[in-house]
Amino acid sequence: MKVNFITTKLDYILGWARKFSLFQYPFVTACCGMEYMSAACAHFDIDRFGAGLTRFSPRQADLLLVVGTVSHKLAPVLRKIYDQMTEPKWVIAIGACAISGGIYNNYAVVQGIDKIIPVDVYVPGCPPRPEAILDALIKLQQKIQNQSHEWKWKNKLKK
Amino acid sequence: MRESQGIKKLKEKFSKDILDYSISFGDETLLIKKERIFKIAKFLKETPELEYSLLLDITCVDYLGQEPRFELIYHVYSFRLNHRLRIKVKISEETPVIESLTPLWKNANWLEREVFDMFGIKFKNHPDLRRILMYEEFEGYPLRKDYPLKKRQPRIPGIE
Amino acid sequence: MVNKLKKKSKRESLLLNMGPSHPAMHGTIRIMLELDGERVLNSEVEIGYLHRGFEKICENKTYFQILPYTDRLNYVSPLINNTGYVLTVEKMLGMEIPERAQYIRTIMCEISRICDHLTCLAAMAMETGAFTVFLYMIKAREFLWDIVEQTTGARMTTSYIRIGGVRSDFSENYKELINKAVNETRKVLKDCHGLLTKNKIFLNRTKGVAIVSKEDAISYGFTGPCLRASGIYYDVRKAHPYLIYDQIDFEIPLGENGDNYDRYYVRMLEMEQSLRIIEQSIEKMPRGVIEIENIKEILEPYQAIKFARNKKPTQKIKLSPNLEGTEKEKYPYILTKDKRYIIPPKEDTYTTITGLISHFKFFMKNHGIRPPKGEVYFSVEGANGELGFYIVSDGTDKPYRLHLRAPCFHIMSALEKMIQRGYVADIIPTFGSINMIGGELDR
Repeated sequence: MKVNFITTKLDYILGWARKFSLFQYPFVTACCGMEYMSAACAHFDIDRFGAGLTRFSPRQADLLLVVGTVSHKLAPVLRKIYDQMTEPKWVIAIGACAISGGIYNNYAVVQGIDKIIPVDVYVPGCPPRPEAILDALIKLQQKIQNQSHEWKWKNKLKK
Repeated sequence: MRESQGIKKLKEKFSKDILDYSISFGDETLLIKKERIFKIAKFLKETPELEYSLLLDITCVDYLGQEPRFELIYHVYSFRLNHRLRIKVKISEETPVIESLTPLWKNANWLEREVFDMFGIKFKNHPDLRRILMYEEFEGYPLRKDYPLKKRQPRIPGIE
Repeated sequence: MVNKLKKKSKRESLLLNMGPSHPAMHGTIRIMLELDGERVLNSEVEIGYLHRGFEKICENKTYFQILPYTDRLNYVSPLINNTGYVLTVEKMLGMEIPERAQYIRTIMCEISRICDHLTCLAAMAMETGAFTVFLYMIKAREFLWDIVEQTTGARMTTSYIRIGGVRSDFSENYKELINKAVNETRKVLKDCHGLLTKNKIFLNRTKGVAIVSKEDAISYGFTGPCLRASGIYYDVRKAHPYLIYDQIDFEIPLGENGDNYDRYYVRMLEMEQSLRIIEQSIEKMPRGVIEIENIKEILEPYQAIKFARNKKPTQKIKLSPNLEGTEKEKYPYILTKDKRYIIPPKEDTYTTITGLISHFKFFMKNHGIRPPKGEVYFSVEGANGELGFYIVSDGTDKPYRLHLRAPCFHIMSALEKMIQRGYVADIIPTFGSINMIGGELDR
């Protein structure tokens, strides 16, 4: 199917539907989890952006939030969870330890989860304020809106 | 500072096993022979006047270059006397084996597993001696002084 | 017929893995269960998924640089970890701390303790289904974090309590803020008592579950609220008093049976006692700097540096907003007089030669804080139990060995016994009442 006016409008509608109904999987390990908990509760509500539903199974989720330090012992588990999620899926790395290992540069900590899985949005901070996490969610929503969907790669497959 | 009751009773009974007694920043410290650790710990726990019934901690220090290399440290506490005591044992590198205190205190199980994981000291009669904080495929003992801080042994090969 | 069927069908047990990432929001831990229907026959607990190498890092950093790492150990009550580490180093150095700094430390420690208990009980209540209690308690925690942010600059990882005192003094309106937070917390506690304490469903789920007897509790090395829930009176604040706890009147609540309900109830009562300690400390705290009304001239920083090229400025110098509370007049009340162990005030550093040199010498390699040789152990009452630090010093500016006695390590070693012969559904509230914090357990 060629990319034309109808497919771009369908892209727009699909993007709108996907960005306001994100099901998140919080992979919480360390201190940043406390700020994530604050962001999810009544004071800084994450539910008003449509992403308030936490699904505790990777099969039912489409947003993986990696919150906190990932050690080498935990790395295969994270990879397995990412592989179990179904397309389309997005990843947000929250906290300095998830982005690049943080203040821990030693034998036990993975220096950034983008060595294991692809990441869409990075949230710096140690720990980041809850407003920063909400800002990252809004940026991800903009990215989802502008994503063009399967029409293009179906073309590639046919070739 | 005066000696406490526990030290006096220990010195009466086990005088030739105590190698050194000192006070460091206000804490009483005893250095004893490696082979008598179980008997001394049992005496401290079960004597009715002393009752050092809470095992606070077991840890180890690596003095690289000195002989014997490792020094195991036990902290015990008595509710009756409200007194904390530190017991030290020296272990050499060639035979890093010592008797386990699991029959006396139940939290010695996990504490000794941690010392084995980090330093490589084996405990005789321990019911289940294996790694607790690091993963099974890890080689080496991280807290020894000759293990570099930034040496990487990733579990997924290829990543840092 | 039924008996024949029973003999024919062999009962096999089911192996279930509650993996490292599970929804109980407490951290990463793995429990492998052997089940017979809903009953747990055997279990095995595997920890270490958050091991970050704290003890090895401390051997390569100076005493001052270790302070941010101690924040991230028990991350729900970071100020108590700071206090434990700083008091251990001060025991080695032997210095005198001004009284106002001790009172400030006590107030911040008790605020941290209340935050920890609120988080623990909120998570435990959410697991049993009481979602409203979770939202109420997190709301109360936000008010307490407002005080922490106003005083220290950060909500969670503060590094506020320094060797020699505290970093900065309270702001001018601290009494109103603290009173507001205390009143809000009391309201929330009253609501949650009404929702949970006599609630039939909550009682059925938590009374008589995971009982730990007195002998078992001592043998497993329990300390803190879990030990007090089993009926044993041991609190480090009363046994070996530190800071100003011997001048304040507070009680230690005890439980009876040692089940989940007792661990919940002891924590609720302890929060009330912490609020009493905060109120008494505010009344007894000695006065700090009295603000002088008419100040003739305030110099901007660049003007002060220009002025200082000729002679030392005697006017007041305006500092940037993030240094609020660390002015030179406040230093005698919040930090010790011994100049070897503290950073000099910023006014001195940038306008006098001696200030600049002392600042430099504090941070230079092989200078700075160098305790005498020896080893020391000191413990404080953390929110989970006795938090102990063991430091071996060899006379240089870095510790030779630093070891942490984590309270929840010992409590977790008893988890296998606590959930045996119970139901699967009881594992999560039991695990919640223990208050395991991954950063402290795995270091």
